Amino acid sequence: MRRTRWRRGLAAGAAAVALAALAGCGGAPAGPPVLNWYTNPDDGGQAAIAARCTEASGGQYRIATSVLPRQSGEQRQQLIRRLAANDSSIDIMSIDPPYIPEFAEAGFLAPVPPEVGQRTTEGVVNSAVEGASWNGELVTVPFWANTQLLWYRQSMAEAAGLDMTGPVTWDQLIEAAQAQDSTIAVQGTRAESLTVWLNALVESGGGEIITDPSPGNPEGVQLGLDTPAAEKAAEIMRDASAVGGPGFSTSSEDENSNAFQGGNAMFQMNWPFVWGKAKGGVEDGSVEQSILDDFGWAVYPQVDAADPAAPPYGGINLGIGAFSPNVDLAYAAAECIVSEENQKDYFLTNGNPAAKESVFTDPEVLEEFPMAPVIEQSLQQAKPRPQTPYYSEVSESIQRNYHPTAGIDPPTVGPATAELIRAVLAKEELL
Amino acid sequence: MTTTSERTGTGGATPAAPAGTGTSDKARSEQRLGWMLAGPAFAIMLLVTAYPIAQAVWYSLFNYRLTDPDSYAFVGLNNYAVILSDSIWWTSFGVTAFITVVTVAVELVLGFLLALVMMNALKAIRPVLRAAILIPYAVITVVSAFAWQYAFALDSGFVNSWFSWLPGVAADTDWFGGTWTSLLVICLAEIWKTTPFISLLLLAGLAQVPDVLQEAARVDGATWWQRMRKVTLPNMKAAIMVALLFRTLDAFRVFDTVFVMTNGANSTETVSFLAYRQTIARLEIGLGSAVSVLLFLSVVIICVGFIKGFKVDLSQARGEK
Repeated sequence: MRRTRWRRGLAAGAAAVALAALAGCGGAPAGPPVLNWYTNPDDGGQAAIAARCTEASGGQYRIATSVLPRQSGEQRQQLIRRLAANDSSIDIMSIDPPYIPEFAEAGFLAPVPPEVGQRTTEGVVNSAVEGASWNGELVTVPFWANTQLLWYRQSMAEAAGLDMTGPVTWDQLIEAAQAQDSTIAVQGTRAESLTVWLNALVESGGGEIITDPSPGNPEGVQLGLDTPAAEKAAEIMRDASAVGGPGFSTSSEDENSNAFQGGNAMFQMNWPFVWGKAKGGVEDGSVEQSILDDFGWAVYPQVDAADPAAPPYGGINLGIGAFSPNVDLAYAAAECIVSEENQKDYFLTNGNPAAKESVFTDPEVLEEFPMAPVIEQSLQQAKPRPQTPYYSEVSESIQRNYHPTAGIDPPTVGPATAELIRAVLAKEELL
Repeated sequence: MTTTSERTGTGGATPAAPAGTGTSDKARSEQRLGWMLAGPAFAIMLLVTAYPIAQAVWYSLFNYRLTDPDSYAFVGLNNYAVILSDSIWWTSFGVTAFITVVTVAVELVLGFLLALVMMNALKAIRPVLRAAILIPYAVITVVSAFAWQYAFALDSGFVNSWFSWLPGVAADTDWFGGTWTSLLVICLAEIWKTTPFISLLLLAGLAQVPDVLQEAARVDGATWWQRMRKVTLPNMKAAIMVALLFRTLDAFRVFDTVFVMTNGANSTETVSFLAYRQTIARLEIGLGSAVSVLLFLSVVIICVGFIKGFKVDLSQARGEK
């Protein structure tokens, strides 16, 4: 009896293995070729676009989506590890712009056909085209463009006597938060978002983290972290930490949006997803309507009263895997994904701003996102993060030395980080 | 059990009579049986363990970046020189050693107490108790790390409000904002998770202590404490050593908890985290392999140190003597 059962179990197991093997390596399934699109996590918008484009293709292709990890650094790791092994199942990738040079330099992106490049960059905000390129050449298709805004509580800014109709400076914000006994929510956690913050501060002060990216020769990279602009940026980071609240050194975008919509912070520097999130919170009852009504928005704060701010530029561009067997179809699909209707719909449903300028003047968009004109202005002013194939090393080195921000020593942190980056790129130090 | 000891008996007698052809035939066939039984496992171990280790050693001698295969070049021991002259390596090494010593020491005491409880609990509740004690060990490390992180988090955690009566704990205590508080939470999570493992090994040791000895001691009027020190502990020394050894090796490779809780912030990086960062984040396969090899060597040294230094006899713990 026991033996029969054991045998039956073994047979079932063998059958399962055989089936799995058939499913894995069996002949091509019937139907149109499947394009795998690796997406960053969102509210299901990219999956919806995939379904629409599959339908619109009229049976030419079918797009299947797979969601990547939450943090952009981990998204990069997963994609790049698989591409390094020549993974042919990666057709379309949603890539965070700072990692695009690395993908391009390693030859992991299929070249953009000139006519596709021309069609997909028409009427697109400058920063998005810049972020989709490397070495002056378009290597990805701009999909959506993101930027951080300064979100403030109108009542509290008024109580602090801040005039929010014009540009404000970081020093003013820090002073106001101190006076109101409130906090400023910025991403102070040890993550890539810390580099985003530092870069925006340095660029706003007229400096640059990388002055010469030196493609192809990591030891020739020139850094601008020993400049007065970088020192001022470090000062602001340290001072903002003092009014950053108790969990500043571990606060990320999500925690900050919670703190702001929970009433614990009077300012936050964050991406526009916070608006959709707060509105959703009102619908399910976790956020009070009065707080949503109190939301104010403006362009990112300035470092000097005289110079306009350089807000962070983000978003997602579509890269086509160099080892994909269906490059042409993948580019056709990418063109469908970034169409104006899809960008508008994605903005409306997921709160991620479009890369095409025309979307920002759309009446439906304006009704749902009253801050759309501010977002567009911010995108025009925005500056990308340091463009280098070694962005990951640069960013990790910055995080190592600038975190926790409350302990920054402004005159020394910049030169020390420049030295660390130089040593890391020369493979003389660990990270 | 009886069969095992009989087998060992004959096996032990074999070398004493090498001249007799009959016994040597038997010995040979036993040897062949041994190889047939252990051979497949040995081959698989070579494939899944020895081969990757050898490849890591090989890569550690090269300059090899995954996204830049053109710069692949032999650099000898340069990667090791870079690592060993870097203060980050030594900080990480210190942090790892700290976590290892603290968690293993606490787990040993706690685990022993739990083993005593499991041993002496009423028969009726014994199975339930054993299962309950083992639950944390069944939880995946990443899950347990997240659970502990959420418990101590500033926005969603309950620890700050429950333990605000403790000095130093307030509503706005940021546990992951400093090195020592972060390490405390990491150690707590590790201890919670792996104490059942140690207690299980110790329970096996406790069960081996002969009742006869305990009874004799009791008849002689020994107190509970005297019996514990003179009878129980000496008789389960082997089990204690094996438990210590396994946990130390395990604790030295701590990764998941640190990765989830702090991501290496506030100098809480451990050695395996360092290997992860070089290999996976930086894609420097050469440098990362060298870190892994050094981690491997550390583990080997711990292992040899235990076995030679404390005279741990692994076979004794299996009840073969």
